[in-house]
Amino acid sequence: MRTLVIAGHGMVGHRLVEALVERDTQQQWRIVVLAEEQRHAYDRVALSSYVDSWDADTLTLPSVDDDRVELRLGDPCVAIDRDARTVRTAAGDVVAYDALVLATGSAPFVPPVPGHGLPGCHVYRAPEDLDAIREAAQHAMHTTAAGRRSGVVVGGGLLGLEAAHALRQLGLSPHVVEMAPRLMPVQVDEGGGALLRRFVEQLGVTVHCGAATDAIETDRGRLLVRLSGGTELDTDLVVFSAGIRPRDQLARDAGLRVGDRGGVHVDARCRTADEHVWAVGECAAVDGRCYGLVAPGYAMAEVVADRLAGGQATFPGADTSTKLKLLGVDVASFGDAHGQTDGALEVVHNDPVTGRYAKLVVSDDARTLLGGVLVGDASAYGSLRALVGTELPDDPGALISPSGAELDAATLPDAAQVCSCYAVTAGALGQAITDGAEDVPALKSCTKAGTGCGSCVPTLKKVLAAHGVAQSTALCEHFEHSRAELFEIVSATGIGTFTELIERYGQGRGCDICKPAVASILASLGGGHILDGEQAALQDTNDHFLANLQRNGTYSVIPRVPGGEITPDKLMVIGEVAKEYGLYTKITGGQRIDMFGARVEQLPVIWRRLVDAGFESGHAYGKALRTVKSCVGTDWCRYGVQDSVTMAIKLELRYRGLRSPHKLKSGVSGCARECAEARSKDFGVIATETGWNLYVGGNGGFSPRHAELLVSDVDTDMLVRYIDRFLMFYVRTADRLQRTAAWIEAMEGGLEHLREVVVDDSLGIADDLEAAMAGHVAGYTDEWNAVLDDEDKLARFTSFVNAPDAPDPNIEFVDRRGQQVPVGYDRGSQPVMLAGPELEVVTR
Amino acid sequence: MTRWTVVCRYDDLIPERGVAALVDGEAVAVFRTHDGVLHALSNTDPFSEASVLSRGIVGDRDGAPTVASPIYKQRFDLRTGTCLDDPDVAVARYPVRVTDGIVEVGGA
Repeated sequence: MRTLVIAGHGMVGHRLVEALVERDTQQQWRIVVLAEEQRHAYDRVALSSYVDSWDADTLTLPSVDDDRVELRLGDPCVAIDRDARTVRTAAGDVVAYDALVLATGSAPFVPPVPGHGLPGCHVYRAPEDLDAIREAAQHAMHTTAAGRRSGVVVGGGLLGLEAAHALRQLGLSPHVVEMAPRLMPVQVDEGGGALLRRFVEQLGVTVHCGAATDAIETDRGRLLVRLSGGTELDTDLVVFSAGIRPRDQLARDAGLRVGDRGGVHVDARCRTADEHVWAVGECAAVDGRCYGLVAPGYAMAEVVADRLAGGQATFPGADTSTKLKLLGVDVASFGDAHGQTDGALEVVHNDPVTGRYAKLVVSDDARTLLGGVLVGDASAYGSLRALVGTELPDDPGALISPSGAELDAATLPDAAQVCSCYAVTAGALGQAITDGAEDVPALKSCTKAGTGCGSCVPTLKKVLAAHGVAQSTALCEHFEHSRAELFEIVSATGIGTFTELIERYGQGRGCDICKPAVASILASLGGGHILDGEQAALQDTNDHFLANLQRNGTYSVIPRVPGGEITPDKLMVIGEVAKEYGLYTKITGGQRIDMFGARVEQLPVIWRRLVDAGFESGHAYGKALRTVKSCVGTDWCRYGVQDSVTMAIKLELRYRGLRSPHKLKSGVSGCARECAEARSKDFGVIATETGWNLYVGGNGGFSPRHAELLVSDVDTDMLVRYIDRFLMFYVRTADRLQRTAAWIEAMEGGLEHLREVVVDDSLGIADDLEAAMAGHVAGYTDEWNAVLDDEDKLARFTSFVNAPDAPDPNIEFVDRRGQQVPVGYDRGSQPVMLAGPELEVVTR
Repeated sequence: MTRWTVVCRYDDLIPERGVAALVDGEAVAVFRTHDGVLHALSNTDPFSEASVLSRGIVGDRDGAPTVASPIYKQRFDLRTGTCLDDPDVAVARYPVRVTDGIVEVGGA
């Protein structure tokens, strides 16, 4: 076996490991990775998201679990002996290689201004840098008066704006200093830069373009930043994000050629003049040019992996297209964004009123798309980028005019690259669809398209549609409509019964799919008690008996315990009731107590006791809000920054009883330690120093998902309004049994679109959604209390209609650790403990 | 000769919802469908052995009246007791009649 040594364990080095393990089917290579940092490879592109969680593990990339790979953390390569073909590590080990790949990345460039090394000056590169910035910001909270707390970011590129956003989240007023006359000079042109600046300034960021940083001085415990032109900025900290420099020292020391502006000089094979030494990523200068983006780095890694596996791949030239959302502003640039091609023409649409700027660069005959810039609305990015280099289907002006033609995925030429992360063309997608891929997840798994940055996912949907792959949205054999369509129908027509709905819009008499779905819609629209009239017959057994059916035909009972807070008196009531009726008790994952083994005729007497003691339905049986879990909270916790328990109770009481397409769970954490596990919930709230972050679309279960940040640092009032909108939008538009995560995933435009609807009110329905939620809150009554007051409803809670006093003889229990459980579980359960003592807890 | 057991008044049955009755010590599920027809099946769900079929949702599949077990959701033909999702499985049927507005089920 031959040995590949990779110097560096960043994103690109890690991609090389993945790619080689996959391509090296002959098992020719063992791989030794020499990592400088003590941590596993992480997603540096997502570094700014670290500010949301302060948990570096969320950035960690999936590790490669393969015997061929040896990862040495904290032991970087320090010298290369090309003659002996060995490298020396920091620990003094000498490792022989057959191939050596330099993937040492780059270092932040700190301009040599006087004072650049003072305490309070930072770079923006690794989680440790953000930790230091956070510490400085927290220090400023104590030492600087509110209103004067600020941070200066040197560099107005992509990373600089991300840094400004992070400072804002930390409670500082950011200043951005940029030498060029506009922000993001590499990606956007003058017109786009002007609009971007306006957006950024509206968010409270002060922009100083065309200004150099002359000096940094200490000034009464703070820093003073002097700009060219005489401006002086008082500040608590400085962040340098003025570009990067390739880390090429190893190559220089080994006598390898470096590029004019640094970087290990390699050819299109990504190989140096030494046939055993290669370079990839930000430390490499391919034909003399360095790339500071991850996508070209990935392409280099793929090239080297292919070569090492015996292939003939060459670096195709980089697609430096980017699409990002900075401080909530869409910015995209692709192809020849600055019109450097000979004879290139520019078509511009600039609307300062709606805040959209779009420019297309086309060939001199205006027929071929060369590149473009989008600011404010980058929704056309995926389709436009795919068209670069191809003949345009339409007048270029129409493509960027708001009223213009929507790009038709059917007209994409086969050669058009839809996914630039994995170089997947429209033709390859078409082939995959012909071979049987029927939806976006299938396309992702068989072509990898959409699994990188994800920006092409909307285009994937269009390509599927263009190939005539339509997903049936029919609810069941009785309705051709989707749940969302039925919701619209019921809402618009005011139809109040299932019978009327199925007679007018469906066929047959319904089933266990459409009946509960329609019952849920009627309940969401305020249709009275769920057991009123005909509605009773629509309910699933859990809703019908307002309890959870268990496998032996008995039910479990969960009273609501808002936020998980409960008094000793109420705890004792639960204990007394459980003891009296012989119920098995267990603490649930949602901070409540579940009582199992209640027979159907016992439910009303049990609930009489609970309701009298002040309990109400916990809706554990319904597709409805379950719990809002909370952490310890500021009343007790040494670390909390906001009152999570009060917030959790407030939210649980607000949304209790809300019927939804699937169950809804929530959590509130009082600080970034996140003890309430809010990010595993449909909507999770995490306290920040200055407000709340709202995360949506998380769940546990079969496919666990972390919730994603919808909006950050909002006050309590706005938080509740955003949750109102989010939940009502979900209730109205999701499919039956579609959790929020799947709903967002299936949504055209995904989380971005959701944010536009919920935060920016792009559909103009926010008031309507809030009003609907206000109606729900005002109309809430406890379902169990209502049943106890209604003889007709109570009459249904019988074992046998002709022998109401006879318990079901089929129900039997056995003892398990001092409580009763149903007899006879024999579906192949494994013994839990094979051997070993069982220690009894002895009470003394 | 069939022995008939009184269940309840016909008017007490909610259309498209079942009730459980005790007939000679056995649990029987009695259903009234939308068109007013009565059906009686064993209340025991053969897949879970729980006595629960009366608590399933009543509907139809391809025109056949059905009840779906509330445990694992298999559907049974109310007329024959056959499981439509697994034709090898069936539940027992019981004769059912209405006399003077009173529903009666016969021994199997």
